[in-house]
Amino acid sequence: MNKTLLILRHEFLHTIKRKGFIIMTLIVPLVGLLAIGVLQLVSGIAGPAAEITTIGYVDEPGGFQQFTTQGQIELVRFDTPDEATQALVNGDIKEYFVISSSYQETGVINRYTLEKQLETPPGTSAAIKKFLTSNLLAGKVPPATIDLIEAPLNLVTTRLAPTGAVAPEQGGYGNFIIPGVFSLLLMLSIIFSSTYLLQGLGDEKENRLIEVLLSSVSVRQLLTGKVLGIGAAGLAQVAVWVISTPLLLNLASSTFGGFISTVQLPANFLALAVVYFILGYLLFAVISAGIGAISATSREGQQFIAIFTMPLISPLWFSSLLMLFPDNPIWAVLTILPITAPVEVMIRLGVSEIPAWQLVVSIAVMVLSIIGILLITIRVFRTYLLMYGKRPRLGEVMRSLRSG
Amino acid sequence: MPAVEVNHIVKSYADKVVVNDLSFSVNQGEIFGIIGPNGAGKTTTIRMMMDIIKPDSGEVTVLGERLSEASKNKLGYLPEERGLYKKLTVIESIIYLASLKGMDGPSAEEKADGLLEQTGMLPHKGKKIEELSRGMGQIIQFIVTIIHNPELVILDEPFAGLDPVNTELLKKMAADLRSQGKAIIFSTHQMNEVEELCDRILMINRGRSVLYGNLAEIKSWYRSNSVLLEFEGELGEVPGVTEKHTRKGHVELVLDGRTTPQQILERLVGTGLVINRFEVATPPLNEIFLKVVGGKNNE
Repeated sequence: MNKTLLILRHEFLHTIKRKGFIIMTLIVPLVGLLAIGVLQLVSGIAGPAAEITTIGYVDEPGGFQQFTTQGQIELVRFDTPDEATQALVNGDIKEYFVISSSYQETGVINRYTLEKQLETPPGTSAAIKKFLTSNLLAGKVPPATIDLIEAPLNLVTTRLAPTGAVAPEQGGYGNFIIPGVFSLLLMLSIIFSSTYLLQGLGDEKENRLIEVLLSSVSVRQLLTGKVLGIGAAGLAQVAVWVISTPLLLNLASSTFGGFISTVQLPANFLALAVVYFILGYLLFAVISAGIGAISATSREGQQFIAIFTMPLISPLWFSSLLMLFPDNPIWAVLTILPITAPVEVMIRLGVSEIPAWQLVVSIAVMVLSIIGILLITIRVFRTYLLMYGKRPRLGEVMRSLRSG
Repeated sequence: MPAVEVNHIVKSYADKVVVNDLSFSVNQGEIFGIIGPNGAGKTTTIRMMMDIIKPDSGEVTVLGERLSEASKNKLGYLPEERGLYKKLTVIESIIYLASLKGMDGPSAEEKADGLLEQTGMLPHKGKKIEELSRGMGQIIQFIVTIIHNPELVILDEPFAGLDPVNTELLKKMAADLRSQGKAIIFSTHQMNEVEELCDRILMINRGRSVLYGNLAEIKSWYRSNSVLLEFEGELGEVPGVTEKHTRKGHVELVLDGRTTPQQILERLVGTGLVINRFEVATPPLNEIFLKVVGGKNNE
């Protein structure tokens, strides 16, 4: 068998047998399963079992007698604040509020409770608001108008294709969820795979096995075999995650049926996900190999690689800005910049459309960067891989690049 | 065809010349010693021979050609610092590294079994490398070095950290390889280590060759003008001997410039002395090295 293939096979098997790799591969679907379980449990508890809460109120101006049942909340009228306080202390009511005589001018409602709270629970304030509105408008406008005033906007957006027909891809969070989650997984997988590569090289350098390997194979064979072998393991990991996603979504659909039905894959998503995983991994692999060559220990190498993982992750930090301002030119820059491109493209696919020219330029820039860094790495590798225990200074690296 | 031919190689790192215009050749069927103190440039020279690093100038040919991916299969290299994949078992490590030398799995395992048996390591075949002692790891690495039946074996400080039993085992295996016609290169800073093994040596200091040639000849060049004697009886005045030094268990006789050791032996036999040992004193390589380097430094 070809020596590159031998190294590839060895690295692939070595990586997938690692405890860290197995845990990482299984933990993503397991965490998903756990999250669904917890959500089902929580929604089960918060569901029909909820009890009716009694809230007191004091109506000083008068005229607030109707609509005392608001969903699960029952409103009971008291004549004075003292009576209401007494009922609260006795535990007959959970809390009470006072509609003061100046309410019509100020809109102020004073609320009294025994509980320590960050803010009024949204269910309670919604119920009070609806109670007040309904009473204020009762008899003045038809009941249907009261409902509309309480919820005046139910926005339904339909995206049209340039032909005027309804577009197949409708956007919205249903469109964003898979690219969003996948960009996170892609990033994790790229970081883990390149860390394995870095660690492997560091270990071989530390225990001098690298010399035995290089007395059998060339630097090119060693690097190619390692990069592809570990990359194949990373791809297998992503495959496990991708395959487990539909299963998890099926499981989850009983809980979030309405939302799940809106989940859809953006066009070209799978093809671009594979392309950007491969390019992103290769970029990080060649960077890791270069760093592995110049750093004294694998630990030191991992500190260096953090300089590159930060920009890789950065599109996730800005994803909420991307949702608000999807047309800002900065996103085109992040799409073309090779180190941010893999994650940025995944997120953008879910939020808006990416012009074809940007994708073409982005992929071309990534391919060129990979080739360029690979050439630099092979040069640096030979010189510094055998310098144990000391790291060359930047100036020395530059000099050796020039002299080759 | 020599096993290795090195012509005027030079290597420098960051303005420091580590190997300076070194030339030598190693023949098939001989054990060749590269000796010198720590930092003399031995390992750098070996790495250039192995094509792990490139010389700045000069040329290395191995088995008649410049080293290529195919000819790397004919080399066995035991680096100075040793290590194997800690998490792999002994047999997995051997088979993987042998496969990179072009061996297929079954024949590598068969050969490995034989070598493990020979070195007494067979019971540890399924153990992980991290479970082995340092010495055992070294034996495994030696097996990895020779398993593919290389034409040229390079051993960089092979005995460092080994116990006497394993040292003897490795020496015997190296001698066996020589008798099979393989070329073996030993590199060490323990100069006395190579005396009993090497046919020829290259002594280097500060990247330069200071002595190169047949070990016996080199030692005879530096032979001091004295003989070592162990005897029973009374040693009287011996003509031609200027000084007598009593050492532990023997006496060193320093000869005048005109008398040969052969004449002294004849005279001693003539006195009726019982002679248990008579030896022309040759200095150990250590002393020769100090003499040579001292001389060079004074130049």
